[in-house]
Amino acid sequence: MRRAYFKNNWVAGLMVAPQLIIIFIFFYFPASQALYWAFTLEQPWGGGNTWVGFDNFRAILTDDLYWSSIWVSIVYAVGATVLAVGMALVLALFVDRRLAGHAITKIGMIWPYAIAAPAVGLAFRFVFSPAAGIMMYVNHVAPGIWNPVQDGAQAMATVIIAGAWKQVAYNFIFFLAGLQSIPRSLIEAGAMDGARVLRRMRDIQLPLLAPTFFFVLVINITDSFTDSFGIVDTMTAGGPSRATNLMVFKIFNDGFQGLDYSGAAAQSIILMLLVVALTFFQFRYIERKVHYT
Amino acid sequence: MANISIKRVRKSYAKTEVVHGVDLEIANGEFIVILGPSGCGKSTLLRMIAGLESVTSGEIAIAGRVVNDLEPHARGCAMVFQNYALYPHMTVAENIGYALKVAGMPKADRAAKVAAVAKSVGLSDYLDRRPGQLSGGQRQRVAMARAIVREPKVFLFDEPLSNLDAKLRVQMRHEIRRIHNQIKATSVFVTHDQQEGMTLADRLVVMNKGVIEQIGTPEQIYHAPASTYVGGFIGSPAMNFLTGQVAARQGAVFLGDGSRIALPADLATAHDAALVQIGLRPEALTLTDPGTGAFDAHFDFVEELGMARLYHFRFEDLTLAVMAADKVQLVPGQAMGVRIDPASVHLFAAATGQRLLPRPMVQTEFAMS
Amino acid sequence: MIERTPILNLVTHLILATGLILMLVPMYLVFVAASHTLNDVTSIPPKLLPGDQLWINLQAAWDKGHLGDRFANSFFVAIGVMLGKIVLACMTAFGLVFFDHRLKMPIFWAIFITLMLPLEVRIVPTYAVAANALLPFQTLLDVTGISWLVNAVSGVQISLEWNLLNTYGGLILPLVATATGTFLYRQFFLTIPEELVEAAKMDGAGPLRFLWDVLIPLSRTNIAALATIMFVYAWNQYLWPLLVITEPSMSMVAVELGRMVPKFTATGGEVAKWNIAMAGTLIVMLPPVVVVIVMQRWFVRGLINTDK
Repeated sequence: MRRAYFKNNWVAGLMVAPQLIIIFIFFYFPASQALYWAFTLEQPWGGGNTWVGFDNFRAILTDDLYWSSIWVSIVYAVGATVLAVGMALVLALFVDRRLAGHAITKIGMIWPYAIAAPAVGLAFRFVFSPAAGIMMYVNHVAPGIWNPVQDGAQAMATVIIAGAWKQVAYNFIFFLAGLQSIPRSLIEAGAMDGARVLRRMRDIQLPLLAPTFFFVLVINITDSFTDSFGIVDTMTAGGPSRATNLMVFKIFNDGFQGLDYSGAAAQSIILMLLVVALTFFQFRYIERKVHYT
Repeated sequence: MANISIKRVRKSYAKTEVVHGVDLEIANGEFIVILGPSGCGKSTLLRMIAGLESVTSGEIAIAGRVVNDLEPHARGCAMVFQNYALYPHMTVAENIGYALKVAGMPKADRAAKVAAVAKSVGLSDYLDRRPGQLSGGQRQRVAMARAIVREPKVFLFDEPLSNLDAKLRVQMRHEIRRIHNQIKATSVFVTHDQQEGMTLADRLVVMNKGVIEQIGTPEQIYHAPASTYVGGFIGSPAMNFLTGQVAARQGAVFLGDGSRIALPADLATAHDAALVQIGLRPEALTLTDPGTGAFDAHFDFVEELGMARLYHFRFEDLTLAVMAADKVQLVPGQAMGVRIDPASVHLFAAATGQRLLPRPMVQTEFAMS
Repeated sequence: MIERTPILNLVTHLILATGLILMLVPMYLVFVAASHTLNDVTSIPPKLLPGDQLWINLQAAWDKGHLGDRFANSFFVAIGVMLGKIVLACMTAFGLVFFDHRLKMPIFWAIFITLMLPLEVRIVPTYAVAANALLPFQTLLDVTGISWLVNAVSGVQISLEWNLLNTYGGLILPLVATATGTFLYRQFFLTIPEELVEAAKMDGAGPLRFLWDVLIPLSRTNIAALATIMFVYAWNQYLWPLLVITEPSMSMVAVELGRMVPKFTATGGEVAKWNIAMAGTLIVMLPPVVVVIVMQRWFVRGLINTDK
């Protein structure tokens, strides 16, 4: 890629240095610290850490609670992703038809992105609360049917719905942009070829949307592992009985409430590897397969 | 019988009208070229025939059936888009066969038809490629093949050659005409390139600012342009324009500086004392010694065209171009006489730009604006 | 395009209406709850229309959560992150695009990798760093043996400490430490025609002049987009402020929101004052929502360009 350059490289150094320093202090160093802690154990009476090899990892991976946390995280990831991606895709496809009122719908879909995770969590906790509002009425009509305070599955459902609701706006923006980047003449050619609306969605719009779709899919999955803290903390605090004890929440709990830094660090490493693997997967495999131009 | 009938068609977007009442009759099997500059409404007209734009008022009928409310695929038209609009995720074979697939044709029949059409446009070796792997000319042929395979009643072309380089454009022009002669479907071709229009058309429709200026064969349009616009648009190098007033008794038109250009008698008597624009094609003018022609002009510079030269002169604050096959050495500012054959003079009303005819009227097609 | 699909159009409108309702209903319920007394909120049948207690509840929420202070904090942090990101990312992208040196690719990758690990995944160690921001340098000195050397030679024990907990710095700096904005700028800078750089060189402009006089004015829309995203991002921060701030007066709004309702316990615990909490939710939601709606076009554009 031929480019015109400036000659004074020391200026470049000056420009790049601040960000490099910051990411060294706040990213690379903590990441290496995490590695350090994951492989060592803090002495009970201070005096530094001793090397314990993979012991910390072994301890976690044989911990049933950890596996249940992984399982819970996967359930959440799948549930929230399917809901959020599915809904956003359908809505984007039909908003793109540009019928009357689509501009309002568009704004209506986008603004939830601005809402903080704890706000979403609180709002849905209220909506789903068995002791107030709508659900109270449902319990009044069919007593005891709805109680996420006690029922783990129901608690998970509320967390998934809240998480999905928050993600729809983000997905919608990307899908709509992807659809609008398809040249209009392709749609017209399809119409001239005899394909009507639904057929065109199937044969032309969806295949050409595939890169965006996979991108959004992976982002949703990775975000559901990392972004879910605010929602879980305000809605269920990991309960009832750890039914919603997502991995990121467990790390926070173990590290800051339980003061088990080594354990939390080891868990962080595993989570990091998971996220890196997912992102890599998206970049190498998906990007290459799904581009037509 | 796939004739197209366009009656009093208007098109508006919100409050702006872009097509102001167009009437056009296209016979079955004709190759019509709609010619005009950007923004004149020619693409809009084509898209209304296709069903990609709605008709604000007026009527469009194909093969006798009014199609205003019909969806595009129900009209029996196939279209070649300016940027080809090929489906990037489908192979060439799939692109060509898509319409057949939508219509429900079985796979084997489809493959056979696609192969036949691909052969006729020279794409047999490329059936498994994707559009992204093809050159501009090849993509254009895929777009054509896609239209041909549907065996439509009407072919619509929306400036399909604009994105090709000059040499390829000439080649593809011949291809398109050859295919038309073979298939004999009614074709409507839109372009801004007047040379393209002149070489391809059975009849030309010249449009400007949403109205039709003239309809006619290329010959009629070249030799009897209906307005200064048509005269100036068609023909390269472009027509020269001078202003003057007709004097019937002298059988001539007089220019501002008193120079006299002889006119055919019937033309002069028909428009005595009229203020006119005089259209003179460069190839109809000849250079003579100063003082021996209709008037004298001063040499500016010469343009070498290869088979001839275009000499640019200054006259009355205007530039005048004279085409001559033989070489003449001139000095800038040198005066030369310009001789004009009366029969080659085009007269247009100064106010309206409309062509002035000698009486009795010669039958040339006109369009009402 | 002429398309006669009345049934499909009806279905389309139904789908869009349903979507709109699904997205708006939860917030509508929040609004309704925020405008009633606690009794009304927990009454049967549930009240579905707004009441008249809105202003009272808003004030109660403001006082109970000490939202005045928190708002100021959040504003300060959000603007700090926004400005920090805009400036830093611009400088870094500039250094990456308009110069050529061997280290360019490694530096690019070093920055790129930070995209893969959002803050939530590295909270524990990042917290340790916030507790002592000079810890990295201390560790470097220790590990390379320099501090031992200095100690042996001069008897001086090097002990670097800079505590960022409970400070604005601790809130702002870690949020600025990722690559999002850098890639937005980089992508944009790559679309600047080279002729512009060459013309500037011929006019005698050095790189800094070029940056200030040419690049930054051209980047105005990108800057607006990035600013919007960063403001919303920083305002909505929950986990990080939760960890780093123990001093109540330094807290941020999103965290306060979490404190408005008692923690979830299996036995139900204390009864939540839903109407106040919902009013608080509305207050906290307001600034970023206003920003997003007003800056909708830049915001959307920025999202697409940052993450792709």
